[in-house]
Amino acid sequence: MTDVLPEMPMFPMARATGCPFDPSPELSRRLGQAPVSRVRLWDGSTPWLVTRYADVRALLADPRVSVDVAQPGFPHTNAVSKARDAHMKTLMQMDAPEHIAQRRILTSDFMIRRMEALRPRIQRIVDDLIDEMLAGPNPVDLVEAFALPVPSLVICELLGAPYTARDLFQRVSRTLVMDEPDPEQAMAASEELNAYLEELVDKKNAEPGDDVFSRLAVEQYRTGAMTRREIATAGQLLLVAGHDTTATMIALGTTALLAHPDQLSAVRDGGDPALVANAAEELLRYLSITHTEARRVAREDLEIGGRLIRRGDGIIVVKSIANRDPSAFPDPDTLDVHRRARHHVAFGFGAHQCLGQSLARVELQVVYGTLYRRIPTLALAVPLEQLTFKENAVFYGVRELPVTW
Amino acid sequence: MRITVDQDACIGSGQCVLSSPEVFDQRDADGVVVLLQDSPEPGLREDVHEAARICPALAITLTPP
Repeated sequence: MTDVLPEMPMFPMARATGCPFDPSPELSRRLGQAPVSRVRLWDGSTPWLVTRYADVRALLADPRVSVDVAQPGFPHTNAVSKARDAHMKTLMQMDAPEHIAQRRILTSDFMIRRMEALRPRIQRIVDDLIDEMLAGPNPVDLVEAFALPVPSLVICELLGAPYTARDLFQRVSRTLVMDEPDPEQAMAASEELNAYLEELVDKKNAEPGDDVFSRLAVEQYRTGAMTRREIATAGQLLLVAGHDTTATMIALGTTALLAHPDQLSAVRDGGDPALVANAAEELLRYLSITHTEARRVAREDLEIGGRLIRRGDGIIVVKSIANRDPSAFPDPDTLDVHRRARHHVAFGFGAHQCLGQSLARVELQVVYGTLYRRIPTLALAVPLEQLTFKENAVFYGVRELPVTW
Repeated sequence: MRITVDQDACIGSGQCVLSSPEVFDQRDADGVVVLLQDSPEPGLREDVHEAARICPALAITLTPP
């Protein structure tokens, strides 16, 4: 199969001009021509790229692959993430059995019942931000005015931090996920956030409330099970994983719907919460914003898609292409908010599937179900072709989204 | 159809509860799956199949009765 693509191309691969919602055409071609094949990375390493839906699911659930970033063959995204991984170990870098024990400390805080209980507060945050937007300048950048503040305020609610922390959360998260992060700036931002979160643990320990940090302070810190630093690190993971991701899905999702007016009107005019929920799943699938993909290293020799992957080989599991695999999603390049898409792998698969997915779902359902209904004349203030996209950022999104109404 | 769940493998993603709330729940302490009924009526089977298919931990097994 390698005969088809004799050269080992660089990863990531550029998207096509004028197709901001589609993965790179070169990457898409590999699905049919070389579904399991090697690529070259920024540091010269040559990990495997795995693209088929069935292979992606199988690998992500396979105990023979590891998320241990300290393994020599691990395919790092860039120098900054490599440096950060070396000094901060979160759930995302732990294998079984350590991983499941650590994850279970946090799973109850993200279970469906708890996230549903947050829905009214998220609805109020979204309604208040829309009120502010409607009272402010028109046109406005939807990213600044709405997409970023929603997850910042929701994370304040969740962690039990005052709303004044919103600026810090927004600034730090932006530094950590920007296009070409500066390693020193990223470290400094990470330290600043850690210091804030460690102080928050002390405050919650003294005066517990009904939030994640209070529970961690009382159940873990007080009992000596976790240190302040460990709780701060968990908080940092929640922020980095839950902030720009949601903001990006709000802004890029809105861009995609504005570019597909029939889909937008189905979401806006249907008055059907089940359809809005379905649209959120379809947008997660269609946009697959985590375009640095899932990274793993083989712990043992294993065979996937007819290829032998050796122990120590790096593996990039390409969720964005799996989400466009016609064997799992008929007519995959069409945005169709009516399709069944719940089996997408936008949140990953296996034991590391997104911890905050139930929170993300509620946030996106509230946003998609409210924004277009409350501002039915919402439209791009510039032609679609003038928008610029974050090609090299950790999460693929739109830089600014000027809208009018 | 008979359902079994592997609570040791469960990662508390809650996907099964979203698919089939009549059959699956999460326990309060850690979000791990709780089976509400192991032989659902025919009308629930499609949802249960979806739950088993999308469980990220492959913790739901369906067997013929």
